Order: sequence, then C-alpha cells, then structure tokens
Amino acid sequence: MPEGRAFDELWGASRNRRPRPGFEALARWLDDTPPVELERRHQSAEAAFRSLGITFAVYGDQDAAERIIPFDIIPRIFSADEWDRLSAGLEQRVTAINAFIDDIYGDRKILKDGIVPADIVLANPQFCVPCCGARPPHGVYAHICGIDLVRTGADDFFVLEDNARTPSGVSYMIENRDAMLRLCPELFDIFPVRPVDSYPELLRETLYSVAPEGARDPRCVLLTPGHHNSAFYEHSFLADNMGIDLVEGGDLEVDDDTVWMKTIDGRVRVDVIYRRIDDAFLDPLVFRRDSMLGVPGLMAAYMAGNVTLVNAPGTGIADDKAIYSYMPEIVRYYTGEAAKLPNVETRRCRDPQDLRYTLEHLDELVVKLVDGSGGYGMLVGPTASKAEIEAFRAVLKATPERYIAQPTLALSTVPTHAENGLVPRHVDFRPFVLTGANGVTIVPGGLTRVALRKGSLVVNSSQGGGTKDSFVLAREPGPEGKG
Amino acid sequence: MLSRTASSLYWIGRYMERAEFTTRLVEATIRLAALGGHAHVEQAWLSALSVVGAPPLDTGKEGYGARRYLTLSPDHSGSIKSCIGLARDNARAARTALTREVWEAINRAWLMIQNRTSPGSVQQTLNLVEELKAETRGFEGALARMLRSEGYWFMRLGSMIERGDATARLLDVKYYLLLPEGQAVGGKLDRDQWTTILDIVSAKTAYRHLYREGLKPWLVADMLIFRRELPRSLIWTAEQIVDLLGEFGHRSGRQGPADRQARQRLAKLDELEVRTVFRGGLHQWLQAYVRQNNALGEAIAGQFRFA
Repeated sequence: MPEGRAFDELWGASRNRRPRPGFEALARWLDDTPPVELERRHQSAEAAFRSLGITFAVYGDQDAAERIIPFDIIPRIFSADEWDRLSAGLEQRVTAINAFIDDIYGDRKILKDGIVPADIVLANPQFCVPCCGARPPHGVYAHICGIDLVRTGADDFFVLEDNARTPSGVSYMIENRDAMLRLCPELFDIFPVRPVDSYPELLRETLYSVAPEGARDPRCVLLTPGHHNSAFYEHSFLADNMGIDLVEGGDLEVDDDTVWMKTIDGRVRVDVIYRRIDDAFLDPLVFRRDSMLGVPGLMAAYMAGNVTLVNAPGTGIADDKAIYSYMPEIVRYYTGEAAKLPNVETRRCRDPQDLRYTLEHLDELVVKLVDGSGGYGMLVGPTASKAEIEAFRAVLKATPERYIAQPTLALSTVPTHAENGLVPRHVDFRPFVLTGANGVTIVPGGLTRVALRKGSLVVNSSQGGGTKDSFVLAREPGPEGKG
Repeated sequence: MLSRTASSLYWIGRYMERAEFTTRLVEATIRLAALGGHAHVEQAWLSALSVVGAPPLDTGKEGYGARRYLTLSPDHSGSIKSCIGLARDNARAARTALTREVWEAINRAWLMIQNRTSPGSVQQTLNLVEELKAETRGFEGALARMLRSEGYWFMRLGSMIERGDATARLLDVKYYLLLPEGQAVGGKLDRDQWTTILDIVSAKTAYRHLYREGLKPWLVADMLIFRRELPRSLIWTAEQIVDLLGEFGHRSGRQGPADRQARQRLAKLDELEVRTVFRGGLHQWLQAYVRQNNALGEAIAGQFRFA
C-alpha cells in the first residue's frame, strides 16, 4: 500500500502541504526540531527501555530472546472531538460485548431470536462449555477489552478486532508517555494532553469492584505464565503499579473450592485473579491437561463463586472473527442503537458465496484466521508473493470455516522518524476499555502501533511493528468555561 | 510475600555475591600468576579452579582456558556470566519486589556481559574485571539504599550465606592444597599465596592494621574466621545472618529452626580460638563449616517455605 495515498493523521489528504486544522503546532514542531535532535531523543528512549527491561520475546526466534519494541517519538494525536466520538462508540461496543457473553452463557436469547446462527456460537472452539451457568459478579465477563481501531479518512474509523481475552500493550501506553514527557517536554506545553497514568488505579478499582459477594477486604493478584512469557514485563509493571502480588500457577493452590496463595507466612486467601494466561491453560483438570501454568481446581472455585477471574473464562467467543462479522447486529440487539463504530466489511469464508469471492480476489484481500491473533496465519494479498497466495489458497480451500476475508484498507499514516528524515507509516490504535460494577471506564489514550517497514500494513510487534505515544487532547476552555 | 519471590530474592543475593567473589578471585589469580614462571601460572589457575570446586582443566596459555571458564563460559553454571544471567532471571521473576535501582544495576551488569564470549588477553581480562567490579559495586550500593524489609532481608541473607561459603573454601584451598611439594612453608611462594588471599577478600591493608606481625598463616586464618572488623570473615557473616533473621522475627513475632541454628553457630564461633581450630585440623574444621553453612541455607528455605 503506497503510504502517499493514504489519509495522514497530520497532513490529511493534502500531501504534506497543509496540516489538518488544529494540528498546525505539530507541523511547526517537526519543522523546528532538527533531525539530529530527533535521532538523539530516539536513541535515548530506546536506551531507557532497554535499561528498564521493557522487552518482549518473539516466539520462534531464539537468537533474540528479548527485544525492545521500537519506539517512535512523533506522537499520534486525537482531537477532543475525535476522542468523544471514539469513546462513545467504544463504550457502546463493549457494553454489547458483555451483554452478548452474558446471554450466550445464560438464556441464549440472541440465538433463539435468530440474530446470530446458533452453530457459529455453540460449535465454536472458543465457546466454553464448562462456563455455562456460572454468572460472574455483576454479569461482567470482559472486564478489560482492547479494541483495535483503524482509520481511513477524517471521519472514517473502523473496528478491526475486538480483543476480549487478555489484551496486552497497556504498559506501553504508560511507558511511552513517560518517555515523551522526559524527551519532548515542549510538546506538552504546546498541546493540552490528557494524562494516562491513572490506568493502574482504575484497573485496580475495577478488579476490587468485581470481587465475589461477601469477600471481606478482598485480595487481588495478577496471574502470569512466568517471566519467560513475551508480555511478562507488562505483567510485572501492572502488578507493581497496582500494588498487588504477581503470582504464577505454582504459587496458588485450591482447597475446598477456595484459592490460596503460598507466602512466607503461610497461605493467604485470594478473591480476584487478573489472569494473563489463556483459558486453555487455566486449569489442567478442566482444560488442557498438560498445562503447567494453571492451577488445578481453579475452575471449580470459579464456578462455586469463590473467586472472580478477570477476564472471565469463555470471553474468547466475543473476539472470534466469525462472531465479529455479526457485531453490528449484536450491538443493535443489546443496545437498541446502530453501532457508532462500524466494522470493516467482512466476508465469512464458511459461506460458499463469500468463499468463492475470496478465492477470486486473494491478491487484494486480507484473509485471517477466525481465532488467530498477533498477525500469525494471515495473508495480506497485495504484498504477498504468487507462491504465498497459492499456498494460502490450498489451506483456505481445505478449511474455509476457519477464515474471514476483509478488503485491504488504506490505513492512515503518521509521520515517523527514519534514517532519511520523516516518512509516513501506517498505524492502528488500541484503546483499553474497563468494565466493572460501576460501568465502563476508558482512559484517554491507548497504544498506537506503527508498521515501520515501508509499505507494510502489519503493525504487530511480533512482525516488526513499533509503537508511538497517542495524545488525546483536552477540550480548550471555551466561552462557556467548559474544561 | 510469596514464597517463590522470597526464593528469587535469596538467589539474587547468592548469585551476585558469587559473581563478585569470582571476579576478585580472577583478579588476584592474575596477579599471583604474574609473579612466577610458566609452571607457576598453571599452578595459580588450578588453585583458583579448585576454590570454586571446578574439575582441573587445561588452563591453557596464560591461563586462558581457566580465565574463560571462570568469567564467560556459558557451560559453567558458576562462571561470572552465568551467575549474572541467573541473578537477572531471578530479578525478572521478582521484579515487583525490587527497587528500580536494584533491577537496573543487575540488568546493566547483564547487558555489559551478555554478548562477551572471550576474555581475550590477560590485560583484557583485567579490564573486564574492572568493569565487573564497578557493576557489582553498583548492585551493592543499590541494595544498601533499599527499604529495610523482606525484599532487602532475603537478598542479604542469600549474599551472607554465599559469602560464608566462599571465604571458608578460599581459606581451605590455600591451606590444604595450594603449596606444591618441595616448597617451604613460609617461603616466597607461600607468602605470595597468602597475600593473594588477602587481595581476594580486599584485606591486605586491613591485615596490617589488625596485626603487628608480618604475614603469618594462622593470623590470616584468625582474621578470615574470627575478626568481626572484616566484612568477609566467617564470624561477621554469621552475625549478619543472626541479625537478619532477627528482623524477620521482630516483624512476624515468630521464630523458627533457622534462627536457632544461626544463633548456635555464632555462639560456637564466639567460644572458639584459632589455636583450637588448628589443633583439630583447619581443613576438617572448614569442611564442617561449609556443610553447616549449607544446612543453614536449607533451614532458611524451609522456614520461609521455598525449600
């Protein structure tokens, strides 16, 4: 995808001639800051990340066990109006997601009403049979959602994916902001940027708000697969900033349907577990028997209502990409309104007509696994070789029900620092949406991922993507004194 | 605190102390080796290897093989590089219990050493040693500035157990193994070796302050075992462990088997004199001390449920 033709978050469609209204100051700043200075700050940011150990591991890459995610110091900026629109859409969508999960593990009204075909839910590998009938406190299942958004024009935002299992990346939102405050303090004089550092506190409040009824002085912990996991830095960062214990499966035990944590003073009862391990590994007695990461008996404790799991098991059904294609109907069904944030046009390859279309247009489509994430197992038609397309065609024909297809979008670009000056690079955006007993909270910010390779549309860190800080601007005090 | 976290902290203390000790061992051995001819060089490195309990290996030209084994070998779990790697692994796992400063000190040491594979020439090894000494000082400084609570106590416990072990083994090797046949006790080589030991525990000048007489083996032993003024003596580490365990007891109001063992050990050291130790055999006594020290380490792990 040639970046020059895409909508640019700074220049709009003017091809670097005229900044979009409200963004003139950023253009001036870029003009005033010499490239050498940008490079110096860039180096300094990466050195700091390395020293702090803000790293991730790439699976299947043994030489580089730990890498830092490349960080670009030119921020991506949302105006107050843009943010208002986005956050209203996000709140609506996440509310619908929770209502949907509550429904399908309960009465299944949406299936009975024929809005979503029953087989696509009930026969879905993400549908958690053992979870049926257990309603978590306040009916909240997906307490933390990371909704991936893309933009193609001034007013055109789309939801690309709903991450309702264990979305990651929020530590980068906070660490990137820390780096920006240190390296480019002048930008915060120019722009009224809304802070993001309240996230750990809001997350903590969310966790406590969903403690099992009757838990007195509840104790929350964060359950990590361990320090070799690719997102371990984030796990320790969040636990540390919330002041809760960071535990591994081996630190917990279940006795009489109650979860305990092993400490130097003996065992201590645990009430809420923010788990960053997948459903399949949670409890070897119920899910994968070979799981060394989980806790035997955990599901029994959950079903007995003695512990809250965040997110609840079974939420994967809501971020399955086959379900995604029904999200506009799901939103309308539960909220009674049209979806404020549209989906990307999606073809379900399980449907013969859609499959035929997809096979005929492989070179222009993006084809994804319905249950995939991290950019693995997908085809980006326009940048794939003939051989790759043919290999993919065979796989797709063999198991069409595992795939969906979407048009290749001209993702918006943001000026990005490169060796030879500023270049436009494609971005997406992942805000983090919290749902607790008192409703939905969204921190004004998120993770902007940027495809650093020229022409690339793949922003995943495992595939050579980087990150940027995302500024959400406060509304300037108007004549009515609105702040 | 989680028992697993306590274990990680304890092992951070042990591995960082081990890395530091081995660094000093390498430095002092280079100095010792420089004092004699070729056979002498080999002898010096073989003794260094036996201090860390390594099997004899081909020490190579200018002790290259031994220098590599002790500093950078990825196959030797006690090499400085392995120790720092293991300390960092534990530090990552216990990250939330560390201050940012302690983490950065360990991580910096690891970033410095992780890609090194060859110790190079003797001079290059000395340069590496200087860098390592700066890194371990950074760690000790960061540790000293930590809040005095469980996190600090466990790391200190680990380093004190490790230090007791290292000092005892160092003294044992010198006394039991080091002097080749045909060399006179009190001869030049003997003297150089005792000086080397003082170097390793950074106590060459301290010796002159504490003892008026010239270098005497039993006085070096006396200093390394019984002198509370020396922060690497056995009695000093034994006392530190009693105090650290006391802090835990003070916090929780409870004591356990490790407290009793540690206090008994200190009381025995207090009653002993260097003469008595030599009469029964210094080697036997040191061997027993190393065993006892290991048992205390296990008692600590048991008491805090990370055995």
